[in-house]
Amino acid sequence: MQTLLISAILILFLVVVFQIAKASEYVAMIRGYENARKQSNKINAFLLLAFLVLGLIGVYYCNEMFKGRILGEPASDHGVLVDQMLYVTLAVTFVVFVITQIALFWFAYKYQESDNRKAFYYPHNNTLELIWTVIPAIVLSVLVGFGIFYWFKITGPAPKDAMVVEVVGKQYGWEFRYPGADGILGKKYFKKVDAANNNPVGQLWEDPANHDDVYVEQEMHLVVGKPVQLVIGAKDVIHDVGLVHFRLKMDAVPGTPTTMWFTPKFTTKEMKQKTGNPDFVYEISCDQLCGKGHWSMRGTIVVETQEEFDAWVASKKPQYLVANPDKDPAQQKENTNAAPLTGAIIR
Amino acid sequence: MSETTTVHVAEVKHASTHHEEHGHHEQSFISKYIFSMDHKTIGKQFLITGMIWAIIGGFFSVLFRLQLGYPESTFPILETLFGKWAKGGQIQPEFYYSLVTMHGTILVFFVLTAGLSGTFANLLIPLQIGARDMASPFLNMLSYWFFFLAGIVMAASVFVQTGPASGGWTMYPPLSALRQAGDGQKIGTDLWLVSMALFVVSSLLGGLNYISTILNMRTKGMSMTRLPLPIWAMFFTAVLGVLSFPVLLSGAILLLFDRNLGTSFFLSDIVINGEVLPNEGGSAILYQHLFWFLGHPEVYIILLPAMGMVSEILSVSSRKPIFGYMAMLGSLFAIAILAFLVWAHHMFVTGLNPFLGSVFVLLTLLIAVPSAIKVFNWLTTIWRGNIRFTPAALFAIGFVSLFISGGLTGIFLGNSTIDIHLHDTMFVVAHFHIVMGVASMFGMFAGVYHWFPKMFGRYLNNTLGYIHFWVTMVGSYLIFWPMHYQGLAGVPRRYLDKRGWVNFNQFGELDKFITIVSIVVFIVQLVFVVNFFYSIYKGRKVRSQNPWGANTLEWTTPINPGHGNWEGDIPEVHRWPYDYGKDGHEFIPQTEPVGSSESKH
Repeated sequence: MQTLLISAILILFLVVVFQIAKASEYVAMIRGYENARKQSNKINAFLLLAFLVLGLIGVYYCNEMFKGRILGEPASDHGVLVDQMLYVTLAVTFVVFVITQIALFWFAYKYQESDNRKAFYYPHNNTLELIWTVIPAIVLSVLVGFGIFYWFKITGPAPKDAMVVEVVGKQYGWEFRYPGADGILGKKYFKKVDAANNNPVGQLWEDPANHDDVYVEQEMHLVVGKPVQLVIGAKDVIHDVGLVHFRLKMDAVPGTPTTMWFTPKFTTKEMKQKTGNPDFVYEISCDQLCGKGHWSMRGTIVVETQEEFDAWVASKKPQYLVANPDKDPAQQKENTNAAPLTGAIIR
Repeated sequence: MSETTTVHVAEVKHASTHHEEHGHHEQSFISKYIFSMDHKTIGKQFLITGMIWAIIGGFFSVLFRLQLGYPESTFPILETLFGKWAKGGQIQPEFYYSLVTMHGTILVFFVLTAGLSGTFANLLIPLQIGARDMASPFLNMLSYWFFFLAGIVMAASVFVQTGPASGGWTMYPPLSALRQAGDGQKIGTDLWLVSMALFVVSSLLGGLNYISTILNMRTKGMSMTRLPLPIWAMFFTAVLGVLSFPVLLSGAILLLFDRNLGTSFFLSDIVINGEVLPNEGGSAILYQHLFWFLGHPEVYIILLPAMGMVSEILSVSSRKPIFGYMAMLGSLFAIAILAFLVWAHHMFVTGLNPFLGSVFVLLTLLIAVPSAIKVFNWLTTIWRGNIRFTPAALFAIGFVSLFISGGLTGIFLGNSTIDIHLHDTMFVVAHFHIVMGVASMFGMFAGVYHWFPKMFGRYLNNTLGYIHFWVTMVGSYLIFWPMHYQGLAGVPRRYLDKRGWVNFNQFGELDKFITIVSIVVFIVQLVFVVNFFYSIYKGRKVRSQNPWGANTLEWTTPINPGHGNWEGDIPEVHRWPYDYGKDGHEFIPQTEPVGSSESKH
C-alpha cells in the first residue's frame, strides 16, 4: 500500500513536471524563442557558478565530516610509505582539481553568450600547448619516480629473519599454517587435502618439515616489530588478503602462490588505545569477489609481543600430530600406560 | 580510393534521382525500420536498444543500492517481484552479486559501447564525412542484429532457474569456471559467455565498417585533417575495438572450454567444497591478462567517442574553434596507443612481477599527459567564447568536470604503491563510475541533445533537458564523491552488508544518503526517456536546416534526410570544421570555399 502510494505521488509529480516543461515551451513560443533562450542562458550560467561555489564548499564539508573515519595511523612500516605516497598525490591532484574546476566553471560563467562580445578566434598556440604537455609530464615523472621507489621497497625480498606464515583462502574463510621450530613450511599437494582426516591444507606427512607445522583457522597471530612474510594461496577460487591497517593487499590464487611481507608496528592492545575503540581488531578482508559469501569472509589478526606469541604457539599442537595421533609422544605415553589394561579388556 | 568513391557516388546518385521522381521510397515497414540498411536508422536502433538496456541496468543498481543503504530493512515488494531471490523482502547474496554483475555488463558493453559508439558512429560518420552510407550497409545491419541477439541471450540468462551470472562483470575464473562455486556459476555464466561472444561479433562488424568508411568514403576535399573530432574519436575507438575485442573472445571461448570440455586453461590445484578437482597446470591469472587486454582499451572505447562529441559540442556552443585541433588529434592517438600498454595496472596485487608492475606504473601515468592536454584544450576552447548553454553544451561542460575529477583519482590508482591500499575498494568504484561511467554517459547525453534534431527533425524539450542535466550533475557528484572516503577507509567493493566488520561499519548513514540520491537520479533519467519518446512525435519541429549554426556537413542535409542523405550531389569540403568567429563571421560551414582575403591560421 505504502509502495503504491509513493509510486502514485511520484508519477503525479512527474506528470506535473512534464506539464510545466510543456507549458514553458508554449511560453517561449509566445515570447519568442530568442528571448527565452537568452534568459535560460543567463540562468544556466549563474547555476554553473553556483555549482562551483557550492561544490567546493561541499568538498570541504565532506572532508571535515569524514576525515576522522578514513585513514588512521598506518600499522606497518610499509603502510607508512603507502600513506606518504597517498598524501603527496593528494596534494598534487587537489591543486590541479581546484584550479581546473574553477577555470572550467568560471570561464563558462564569464563567457556566457552576450550581444556585446564576439568569440575570440583562437585556434591554437604551440607555446601554450607545449607548456601543458611538459608540466604534467614532469609532475607525473616525479610521482612515478616516488611510486616506483616505494613499490620496490614494499615488494622487495623479505628480510632474512622474517617469520613465515602461510595464508590459505577458501570459500568463505581463512586458514593459516605456521612453520614451527624449524622455520620451514613443509611440502604440500592439493590432492592430499582431506579435511575429514585432519589435513586441511594437503600437507605431505612424509616431509619431516611438516611434522612441527601448526595449523589454525580464522585468527592469525603476529609479533609486533618482527617482519613477517605471508605465503598466500587459495583452495578454490581467487581471494585476496586485504589488510587495511597495514595498507596491504595480495591476491590468493589457486595454483599460483604469492607472497608479501611487512612489519607490524603496534600490538592489538596499542591499537585499541590509539583508535579509542575497545572492540578494535585487525581484520583480514577478502577483496576479490569469491562467491556469495564474499562480503562476510572475515579473518582477524592478533599482534602481540614475542612472549605472548611464544605462549600462544606453544599451546597449539602440530597438525601432524592431530592427523596422526599414533605419532604423538604425549599420546604414546598415555597409550603405553593404558595399553595393558585397555588391551586386556578389549581382548 | 577515389575510384571506389566515385563508383559509389554514381550509384547512389542514380538512386536519388529515382527518389526525386517518385517522391518517396517504396520501402516496406520491415526494410525501413527493422532490417534497415540506412545508417541513420541503425544508429537509432542502437540508441533506443541502448536506452532500454540503460533503464534495466540502472534499475538493477537501484535494487542493490537499496540493500547497501538499508541492509537491516525488508522490502516486501521485492519478494513479490523477485520471489526466492528476495526472500523475506531482503536481497539474497546470490541475487545481489547477479545484480552487480548484470549492472556492470549491461552498462559497460550494451549501453556505453553499443549504445554510445554504435549510435553515434553510425549516425555521424557518413553524415560528417560526406558519404551516403557506410562502406557496407549490410554488415552494418548485421552488427546491430548480432548486438540484439547478444541482448536476447543476456536477457534470457536473467530468467533461468539458477539465475544469471554472478561472478562480476570481469568474470574471473576459477569462480566463473566452476559450477560448484555457486548458483550464478551454473547455466547463467554459460549464457553470459555466449552473449559476450555474440557481442564481440557485433562489435567487430561495426568497427571494421567504421574504419573502412572513414578511410575510403570521405567526400571531395575532406582530408583526414579536416575531419571533425567526433569522427577521429570514432576512428580510434573502432581501431581499439577491432584489435582488442578478439582477445576477449579468446578468453571467453577458453573459459567455455574449461567449463564444459574439461580443459585446464585457467584451472589448477583446486579443492572446492571438499572435492578435489583433477585440473593441473592452468593459470587463473592468464584469464585476467586476456580480459584486461580488452578491458582497458574498453575504457577508452567508451570514453573516446564521448571526448570527440564533447569537443565538437563545446566548440559549436562556444562559437569558437576547438583549441589545438592537432594536439587533440595527437592526444587521441597517444591515448589509443597507450590504451594497449597499461592493462596490467588492474593486476598490481595479483602477484605480478614487481618489475613488470613498475613498467605498467610508468605507462599508466603517461596516459595522464594526453588526458591533461585534452582538458586544457577544452578549457581554452570555452575561454573567451560566447557560450550558448544548450542542454548539450551543459552536458559537455559536465563531462569535462567529471573527466577532471575521475581522471585525477586515476593518478592514485595507477600508482602501484597507492593501489596496494585502494585496490578493489569503493575508491575504485567511485573512480571508474565518475570517469568512465558518468562522464561517458554525459558525453552520450550531450550527443543525443545535440543531434536529436538531425535524427528526428524535432527538438527535445529544453526545460526537461535542463532539469535532467542539473539533477544528474549534482546527483552524480553526491553519489560518487563520498564513495572515495569509503575507499580510503579500505571498505572493499561488492560488500553487501558491512555491519559484521569492526573497521568498515562507520558509513551506515552515508550509504543511506547515496541510495536516496541514486534513486532520485534514476527517476530523472526516466524523465529524459519520456522527453525522448515524446519529442520524437510531439517535439517542437526543426525549421532551420542548421539549428545550432554549426560548420559540419550533417547540417547541409535536408532537415529529415532520406536514405542517401543529400538530395543532390554530395557537398565538397573546402576547410576544416572549426571556423567559428573567424574574420567577423559567426561561422563558416565546411562547404564554403576559402575566400582570397581570408586570414590564415
